[in-house]
Amino acid sequence: MLTYSIRRLILAIPTLLFIALIIFLLLLLAPGDPLANMPLTIPPEVREKMREALGLGEAWYIRFGLFLWQFFIVEPQYMIDAMFGTDLADGAQRIISFQSRSPVFDTIGERMPQTLWVVGMSYVVGVLIALPIGIISAYKQYSIFDQLGTLISMIGFSVPTFFTGVVLILVFSVNLGWFPSIYDTQLRVTDWDSFVAQMRQMAMPVFVLALFNASQISRYMRASMLDNLGQDYVRTARAKGMTEKVVVLKHVLRNSMIPVITVIALGVPQVFGGAIITEQVFKVNGLGQLLITAIQGNDIPMVMTLTFMFAILIVLFNLIADILYGVLDPRIRYD
Amino acid sequence: MADGAAPILDVQGLNTVFHTRGGEVHAVNDVSFSLKPGELLGVVGESGSGKSVTMMSLIGLLPTPPAEVRNGRVMFAGQDLLTTDAETLRNIRGGDIGFIFQDPMTSLNPVFTVGMQIMEPLRKHMGLRKRAAKARAAELLDLVGIPDAMARLDDYPHQFSGGMRQRVMIAIALACDPKVLIADEPTTALDVTIQAQILELMKELRTKLGMAVIWITHDLGVIAGIADRVIVMYGGQIVEHAPVRDLFSNPQHPYTEALLTTIPTVTGARSKRLTVIEGQPPILGAPPEACPFRERCKYRFEICDRMVPARYPISDGHDAACFRADTALRKDKSYA
Ligand SMILES: Nc1ncnc2c1ncn2[C@@H]1O[C@H](COP(=O)(O)OP(=O)(O)O)[C@@H](O)[C@H]1O
Ligand SMILES: [Mg+2]
Repeated sequence: MLTYSIRRLILAIPTLLFIALIIFLLLLLAPGDPLANMPLTIPPEVREKMREALGLGEAWYIRFGLFLWQFFIVEPQYMIDAMFGTDLADGAQRIISFQSRSPVFDTIGERMPQTLWVVGMSYVVGVLIALPIGIISAYKQYSIFDQLGTLISMIGFSVPTFFTGVVLILVFSVNLGWFPSIYDTQLRVTDWDSFVAQMRQMAMPVFVLALFNASQISRYMRASMLDNLGQDYVRTARAKGMTEKVVVLKHVLRNSMIPVITVIALGVPQVFGGAIITEQVFKVNGLGQLLITAIQGNDIPMVMTLTFMFAILIVLFNLIADILYGVLDPRIRYD
Repeated sequence: MADGAAPILDVQGLNTVFHTRGGEVHAVNDVSFSLKPGELLGVVGESGSGKSVTMMSLIGLLPTPPAEVRNGRVMFAGQDLLTTDAETLRNIRGGDIGFIFQDPMTSLNPVFTVGMQIMEPLRKHMGLRKRAAKARAAELLDLVGIPDAMARLDDYPHQFSGGMRQRVMIAIALACDPKVLIADEPTTALDVTIQAQILELMKELRTKLGMAVIWITHDLGVIAGIADRVIVMYGGQIVEHAPVRDLFSNPQHPYTEALLTTIPTVTGARSKRLTVIEGQPPILGAPPEACPFRERCKYRFEICDRMVPARYPISDGHDAACFRADTALRKDKSYA
């Protein structure tokens, strides 16, 4: 198992380098000029100077190599320096945003908490809701509960989050005034009142995303449970005199969780992607919103860094899903 | 076997119905039989004749819905299993009544160790602590002939062959010293050589432990060597019931006769399955109103289409549900 994981990790490196190259070339080929937002009155010579100052004068492969160097060597050094007070980076050039002229990772660091709070929380909430719903729906197949669950998850899955989000804002912010429609990033949780305020502003975006996630995962859970409830070993467990609780929550659930856990792991990076729209709707200035504004502003280093980070997450969670599969299912042998 | 002893299990007038999209399916119709302590009762009939459903109805193993056990009485240890509460029933299942199923490849839970699966009933029914349960589980594996028992407790089912898994199933069924063991085609899914080994093991264990056994099979050849009494099922009904010798020497029901022709002969020639009688067992959408076998019967009389034959006594402990065995009718000749 360990050798398998290490082998997979090593194999992931060329994959990631290739992905990085593709993203880089795509951004290179994309139309748009980082200086497009500058006033038209700037004379062409100055424009050229500014272009060079942004590093755009170099050949593409040098810029690509520099990005990789900065991403994998320099930025981790800064991270370690910040954590342990060392000075490994020694003033090396960091990845700088075209737009803000500040290090890309500083901005990402600022935006990360919002995304983790809202998106991460919604995923956790979604999973926690989805699992029991899936289990009960399967155990009581075709019951009212199951049919209601099917209906709601169909809606949750097929209605896009930007629509549910806007409907929620209309009803609960505009009409009822229960929740704020704009996420206040400045809010710091220091006492009970600010905690309540934080919960209130998180409620709607978390609900929208959690509904979406729960819809999907509860379907998987239900299908997997149904698959297993019909298996012969379930009859054996009952024939041994086990209670329904043991039969369902131990024998069946343990088997049903195997595919579901891998689906949950695979879904983690997708959540960040899916959040882009929801963050936009609720004005949460997290990573998703950062990516959108960076794309609009032709901020190539920022777009490149964020996209590449998503790519790493996808590769990483694929690996995690595979490893979890092996851990959970004794029939799988990796060697 | 202890003739005249009070039966340990007594089934009267059992009816089981499935509610399906296509309407009701009457899978078990008015089945009555009893089991004496220590005896081996064979149950034969081709696939779909209601053997499994009958046995699972006894002990509440059928999912309800779609199944419904309509009426009947199943007396075991002084109580009716059909009316007793779920908790009592659970205590009997895996405790006093053990089950072995047909397919050992799928009957064990793939994600738990074999040891854990044997220890589960031990801990529930016998209240053993972990250590004691483990020791007993190793004993059981040893009993069913699995070498290196203690070490194999930590293995998962996929690390055992089909025959070995069936041995594990037998160990589970025997874990709590059951009074009754119900074996539902325990050798059907196995290779012929493995079948013989499992059969040998079961014979040996039965002598050693002395429990009563209900052995379901569609192969009369298997029954011949081990059973004391046999019931033959067709269309969810018992069509013949006899001591094993009488059944082979003096079969009364045309279905039994047909079944007997499928047993391997001394020369080794064997007619595959029930090719001798055309057709398949009926699927009954309503309680039977005529003989279930009439469509395939070579004797078929007019009365067979009008009435369900009762189980007419032939001799002591032998009866058959065929109008040809009804002495009153025979005298009166009205059936012909
Ligand atoms: N879940 C079910 N739903 C509907 N009908 C069923 C179901 N299970 C069994 N039956 C019916 O019961 C009949 C007897 O099945 P079974 O007892 O399994 O036969 P066997 O003698 O091969 O063990 C079958 O022919 C089938 O029509
Ligand atoms: Mg069967």
